[in-house]
Amino acid sequence: MKLNIFKKFDWRATFIYWMFAGIFLFFAILLHDDGFLTSNNLLNIFRQTATITVMAVAMTFVISSAEIDLSIGGVAGLSSVVGAIMLRDHGLIQGIAGGLMIGLLVGSINGLLVSRIGIPSFLATLGMQGVALGFAALITDYRPIPILNETFNRIFGSGTVGFFPGLLFWSFGAVFIGWVVLTKTTFGRRVLATGGNRDAAEFNGINTKNVKFKVMLISSFVASIAGLLYAGRLQTGRYEWGAGDELSAIAAVILGGTSLFGGSGTIVGTFFGALLVGLINNGLILAGLPVSQQQIIRGLIIILAVALARKK
Amino acid sequence: MSQDFNIVEMNGISKSFFGIKVLDNINFSVTPGEIHALAGENGAGKSTLMKILQGVYKMDSGEIKIAEKVVSINNFQEARALGIGMVFQEFSLIPELSVAQNIFLDREHKNKARLFNERRTIAEAHKVMEELGLDIDVSIKVSTLGRAYQQLTEIAKAIAGDAKILILDEPTASLAKEEVDALFLVLKQLTARGVSIIYISHRMDEIYRICDRITILRDGQVVAVAPLTQITPQETIAHITGRKDVQMLSHEGNSIDRSTTPVLKVEGLQVGNQVTDVSFELYAGEILGLAGLMGSGRTELLRALFGMDKKDAGRIEINGKEKKISSALDAIANGMAFIPEDRRRQGLVMEHSLKTNIVATNLAKLSHLNFLDSRKINELSAASIEKFQIRPSEANRTVRLLSGGNQQKVVIAKWMATDPSIVLLDEPTVGVDIGTKVEIMKLVRSIAAEGKSVILISSELPELLGVCDRILVLRNGEIAETLDRKEIEDEDHLQIIVQGIRI
Repeated sequence: MKLNIFKKFDWRATFIYWMFAGIFLFFAILLHDDGFLTSNNLLNIFRQTATITVMAVAMTFVISSAEIDLSIGGVAGLSSVVGAIMLRDHGLIQGIAGGLMIGLLVGSINGLLVSRIGIPSFLATLGMQGVALGFAALITDYRPIPILNETFNRIFGSGTVGFFPGLLFWSFGAVFIGWVVLTKTTFGRRVLATGGNRDAAEFNGINTKNVKFKVMLISSFVASIAGLLYAGRLQTGRYEWGAGDELSAIAAVILGGTSLFGGSGTIVGTFFGALLVGLINNGLILAGLPVSQQQIIRGLIIILAVALARKK
Repeated sequence: MSQDFNIVEMNGISKSFFGIKVLDNINFSVTPGEIHALAGENGAGKSTLMKILQGVYKMDSGEIKIAEKVVSINNFQEARALGIGMVFQEFSLIPELSVAQNIFLDREHKNKARLFNERRTIAEAHKVMEELGLDIDVSIKVSTLGRAYQQLTEIAKAIAGDAKILILDEPTASLAKEEVDALFLVLKQLTARGVSIIYISHRMDEIYRICDRITILRDGQVVAVAPLTQITPQETIAHITGRKDVQMLSHEGNSIDRSTTPVLKVEGLQVGNQVTDVSFELYAGEILGLAGLMGSGRTELLRALFGMDKKDAGRIEINGKEKKISSALDAIANGMAFIPEDRRRQGLVMEHSLKTNIVATNLAKLSHLNFLDSRKINELSAASIEKFQIRPSEANRTVRLLSGGNQQKVVIAKWMATDPSIVLLDEPTVGVDIGTKVEIMKLVRSIAAEGKSVILISSELPELLGVCDRILVLRNGEIAETLDRKEIEDEDHLQIIVQGIRI
């Protein structure tokens, strides 16, 4: 019995929270005089990580089903420029719809490639990343497209609700919906069963091709929302918004405790994983380190954290 | 052909796992140039004994002599150095390399610049093949070869590595008849060169066709060693099966009302060349057994019925109505359930909890508008654990941590929760301890007692005899015999029919 109680405390499962608390404390002490603990800076962390959080929630589904999506950064960039152009030329609704259509389009293609043709998602989305990024650069000729529509900017990223930035609500909304869908719906169960053991899932009558298609579609669609959030926050559409975000999102998911081999996923863990990535970025900037050193330290911390969080 | 000294001699070998004796003072010997059959039921100790000879397991006591010298074999490499080669059932070939490259894998011929000498590799490989009397183009990729030639390549690889003792485990399981002939020809060639062969098989006709002597194991002990000229197939079967589990055998089969519409009617089912023109009927409350050797098409038949594999021809009627079943979903919608052969790979998500696994087949019933109803889920999993006596009874425990028998109960529980009318079971007691085996068999009986129909595959004939009302014997994908339980006297009788031995 005694052993049982001891066993139940699986520190790996709660690892992300310890890590988060530890690094938070570390920065709080070290960077106290640089204004780390001011409410403004703390809200900034949320603001800066919102897009990653939103994408990482969708990525949790992708990784739980034993797939990966490397195209989300490119999709976000393409969605931001298409949204900005449609907004400029046709109006608010068309702009939003245009951006989201990009996500549905790329997601459908990714989903078909992975589930019907059977291309490993790693390769299919790596290719798609280049296609999306290239298109975004091509149609804008590498130039940013400014967004002057106040309503759009207020909804997507720049607005506030009382004291809190609107992006905070986008993050919480994504986390809440993701949590409900993964833990409380039949779809979530099917995703986990497909990722945990595809053969067994098939025997259970689960259409695993369908599950994989939907997961890839959701990932791209959410990435297009993230693209609009970039566009609204920075009040421009630009091809390189979101570049490299796929790695931050994947890091957040894995840090959070989702198995890279599929079959288990935790949305709350992912949320803290994303916050941890944002926290590290913010702390390193406040510490006044040059970008090159930030990159090195960020990379090392992520490798270390994932190594420690890994299941035996 | 045999000579009077032993190339392999295993004396007084004992081995226990977790306090259970699986090998008890085994003596086993092979003479040069002999093909020696090693027979026994699953779990009799054949593979454990062979794994000790290959250095995979360590024996608890006993000694091994190779060519009359006492040796200690601690791993695969040492076994290979002593000339012991194994032909794997799952081939150890690399499909994208050529036959020649595979034969000399890790022993490649190099030229002066330490690079691979492809020409010499091909020439040497060709020589090996010639010695075996085989005409195979050694420069083509292994992936383009059929199963039989892959197996022969595997043998060539062992021979090229100077194997003096070859172990073959059910080598003909997936081979066609002509391929078996080719394989046997090669084996005879090898023995002429003094190579000894240990031949593990369940097929009496093959054993009698090519083996010189037989050693029969039962429950970890040697029960017979004899030249095959001095032992009849009936005697061999009697030694293999022994006398056991009288209670299980006392079943006489229930009388099934066959005047009603059958629950399931199959006509002319065809799946590639693995299932040929199979027709049968299954009635309410009936337990139908499928007997047959490995590769006889039993599993393929069930998979096709359940919509997992494509049917090339055939008609399926359920309760008198023709149905098209082309996916597991269709099968489930028509009241079918399938407890598959390999519960770890096909039955369960090993890292998920008991509860999650139990509800996996039933998500639609346990949710409103796709939102899971956690109260219903908890009720169902608690009821299933109670009904099927799953131990330990914690609903949130990962199924990986359960014993094989309890894992199997989870698979059965989750399917019974769908309230099926036709239950297909494929080898439900493999890797399950004896106590749980009996429990599972009782479960199968109770499923039929509820009026459901069951199709059961088992290689353990006492199990079939213990629960079935009728038994279909499959051979080469066809129904060779249909037997009422009452027509079968005992296990030996059934075994003789399964083996196709004419008396």
